[in-house]
Amino acid sequence: MISRLTVLLSLVAWLAAGAAGHAAAAPAASPEVAAALTDLTGDDADKREAAVTVIGQTRDPKWIQFLSALRDGSVYARTRAGQTELVVGGSKATKGDQDVIDISAAYDRASLGTVPLTDLKEVPADRRLRLAIKPFLDADETQAQLADPDAAVRRGAAVKLGNQAVATAAPVVEDALKKESDRWVRHALAEALALIHLANGTPAQRASAARSLGDLHSESAVPALQRLVTDSTASPAERGAAMHAIRGIERWGLLTRTVETLFQGASLGSILLLMALGLAVVFGLMGVINMAHGELMALGAYATFVVQNWFRAAWPAHFDSYFLVALPVSFLVAAAVGLVLERGVIRLLYGRPLETLLLTWGASLIIQQGLRLWFGAANVDVSSPSWLSGGVPVMVGLTLPYNRVFIIGLAAVSVAAMYWLLFRTSAGLRIRAVTQNRAMSSCLGVRAGVVDATTFAFGAGLAGLAGCALTQIGNVGPSLGQNYIVDSFMVVVTGGVGKLAGTILASAGLGSLTKGIEPALGAVFGKVAILVGVILFLQRRPAGLFATRGRNAEA
Amino acid sequence: MAEFSRRDFIKGGLLASTAVGAGLSFPNALRAQETVKIGVLHSLSGTMAISEVSLRDVVLMAVEEINAKGGVMGKKITPVVVDPASNWDLFAEKAKQLLLQDKVACVFGCWTSVSRKSVLPVFENNNGLLFYPVQYEGEECSKNVFYTGATPNQQLVPGAEYLMSKEGGSYKKFYLLGTDYVFPRTANKILRAFLLAKGVPAANIEEEYTPFNHQDYQTIVGKIKRFSSGGGACVLSTINGDSNVPFYKEFANQGLRSENAPIMAYSVAEDELRGMDTSALVGHLAAWNYFQSVDVPQNKKFVQAFKNYSEKTKLPGGAKRVTDDPMEAAYFGVYIWKQAVEKAKSFDVDPVRKAVYGQTFVAPGGPIKMHEYNQHTYRPVLIGEIMKDGQFKIISRVKGTGPSGTVEPEPWSKYTSPDKGCDWVNHQGTYQKKA
Repeated sequence: MISRLTVLLSLVAWLAAGAAGHAAAAPAASPEVAAALTDLTGDDADKREAAVTVIGQTRDPKWIQFLSALRDGSVYARTRAGQTELVVGGSKATKGDQDVIDISAAYDRASLGTVPLTDLKEVPADRRLRLAIKPFLDADETQAQLADPDAAVRRGAAVKLGNQAVATAAPVVEDALKKESDRWVRHALAEALALIHLANGTPAQRASAARSLGDLHSESAVPALQRLVTDSTASPAERGAAMHAIRGIERWGLLTRTVETLFQGASLGSILLLMALGLAVVFGLMGVINMAHGELMALGAYATFVVQNWFRAAWPAHFDSYFLVALPVSFLVAAAVGLVLERGVIRLLYGRPLETLLLTWGASLIIQQGLRLWFGAANVDVSSPSWLSGGVPVMVGLTLPYNRVFIIGLAAVSVAAMYWLLFRTSAGLRIRAVTQNRAMSSCLGVRAGVVDATTFAFGAGLAGLAGCALTQIGNVGPSLGQNYIVDSFMVVVTGGVGKLAGTILASAGLGSLTKGIEPALGAVFGKVAILVGVILFLQRRPAGLFATRGRNAEA
Repeated sequence: MAEFSRRDFIKGGLLASTAVGAGLSFPNALRAQETVKIGVLHSLSGTMAISEVSLRDVVLMAVEEINAKGGVMGKKITPVVVDPASNWDLFAEKAKQLLLQDKVACVFGCWTSVSRKSVLPVFENNNGLLFYPVQYEGEECSKNVFYTGATPNQQLVPGAEYLMSKEGGSYKKFYLLGTDYVFPRTANKILRAFLLAKGVPAANIEEEYTPFNHQDYQTIVGKIKRFSSGGGACVLSTINGDSNVPFYKEFANQGLRSENAPIMAYSVAEDELRGMDTSALVGHLAAWNYFQSVDVPQNKKFVQAFKNYSEKTKLPGGAKRVTDDPMEAAYFGVYIWKQAVEKAKSFDVDPVRKAVYGQTFVAPGGPIKMHEYNQHTYRPVLIGEIMKDGQFKIISRVKGTGPSGTVEPEPWSKYTSPDKGCDWVNHQGTYQKKA
């Protein structure tokens, strides 16, 4: 309650200061403030707390900044010409055998040069003082946030004001609402205003606030509305409006949750698909059990990391577009490694699945340890470009993250490109010919070796592409591949070896199934349930969703 | 091993190690300096390498510092570094090798609770000595282990307490989220008991676990979003290493912000933040006993020394390396052992163990003290806010009852096991407190 009061007071004070305008900006400390500053250096805790209140109530942004410095413990006192003066400390350094510090004036932060640390006495901010400072900083921060150029920040501030529901904030919110043009910030502001009225208004205001909250589908309002419904002092009109609003909000919540789950399933499905697509080519079409598939993804991810660092160093202004370059680069890097792997060793072992399994597993360990030696055991940091951070609010209560939307798109494009390559080009025709009947294709003049190499490199490149996309979701570290390899195989095997349609259907199915049962069972049991489900399914249909029939079934 | 008495065994070990040392430098055998071996048991490969490699580095740095100043009781320390490769069975095997074959005087090692549990019988049966430097779930009290990391009351409870306080934002709803293994499960049991004891209704506490390496946090973040929709909600996270990036990214991308729903992390430190894009994490919180940003001269020296050491020995990362809480704990553990050896004037486990009790040291983060009887450590407790450069701004310091404002360690949480205590001086380890 007390914190609420202080916020309230400070908001009132802020409004008053706003009205007073710029007159107070020019001169430094008024007599009260000067006295307060002297009190701050003393030992009397009550006086120090009162001093903070005096300084805070000036509502002068520069004094607020001073309070913030005080909270951080970077305010010092020094004695000059018999007078105590407060300064703000900046960066420290060691010069010779003493520590020195840059200092600046308390109010306008004019630089006062560098002085030895021993000349200064820290003005400590204990817990009590910090508690006194907090409301001023918070109010100031919320004000600043409501005027922030970033819509997400404005929206966050509006949500905060709504949750606090302090009566005096209403004019501030109304004011902001008038100026606001962004649809979703307007929504949050309207919601905040209704919440404030619901908490503090007259019965009529409360009833109308409840109605508008219902129209706004405000899930945040449900606890407050429920309180209103059970409030025996509320009028029947209010209670009716609240009840109606709750029903509406709950219906809307069900709708958003359904859409949300569908999207999450699609997102997980597209990630699975991207991971499994390369494997579907290598394992499905060529019959090579490629245990190094995960490491090829890791290579793609590290290629993204390298491209990112390259952009950061060479073209910091175009940093956001690094990802567009990283996509083809990661494809090419993984494809090149795949090519070396295939031409170097795998081609010697065609038709001997167990040996290739061991071989590729060994290769995976080598790549993994190589990455660890080259880049270090720790994860590396891949920043998201700004256009892949954050999300787009599509309806009330539902925000779709850009990175996930992008990956869904990337998966779709990859599938389309692959179908085009396999079924619309002559190279694809040769790939299909070789996988169906190697001996006959060779007889007809198809160079099976070249086709094998390109197919394997293509599959490896797809793995690299998946690795690149995954940097926007998860970690990049040497053991990245191991986290994904099991899922990739699960998708390909469930889908049916050798059938691309099976892979697509299996990833979509597994993705949506996982997301469908996870809310009910939790992540751990959800995973268990999926694995059990896959095992049972493969018991009934060992060849997966789309079994290859006929003569090439054993190929 | 039963036919040997433990003491004979250790003596034999020392003789053997001296003999080996002398043998190697045969021509100058008389002038050769005597050495004493210590074991370093941290995973250098596998999933835990990401965290444990730094602990090995910092232990080796402490050894180098001590050797440069003349060693321990005139003997140079020879570290024996083994790699248990994040494999719990291998931990026990390597521990046995260190104690029986290399006959080390003391071992510094382990990170995960499961690895510690796996070496525990080895140390207890062979009367070895282990310094364990990581914050953990408590409920353990072994005579052969000194725990220099935090107990639940030195990290978990203060973190939650801070969020409940007016300064922390007076949060009223708590989402306990963790990776599914022993530390988060026990931690959340304690946190839940604490919250219930503080009058938080059970309906305002939500508990959820994810598997190791979980990458898809869509559903959970969606749940948190609904949980926090009325305001006043926060997340207490014991999510481990690798899953943190996807979690924080999803959290930010779905529009949740630290002002409205802060995450208090118990397993995210500076060293983990090195590998993360921190933009999504800024403003979230963590509770630890040490941050690299602690502004005292001995810490600046420590941070600089570690950077220099990394650069000099060409460790990956070089001068960009950072220090964090487990590293500080591993570092001062070596010094505590040295001081105890010097006090006991012996390398034998039993006298050294007795000498450790009450030992004090000015650690990088501030003065610490080994507990007088419960094998754990008095440490300062800090709350930090994640900043853009992957460092923490210290926003609160818990005022403890221990020396120099440190918090006394409680191996058995008073919220879940009020009747149990740990005492190796007046009792035999874990004992029942009288009502």
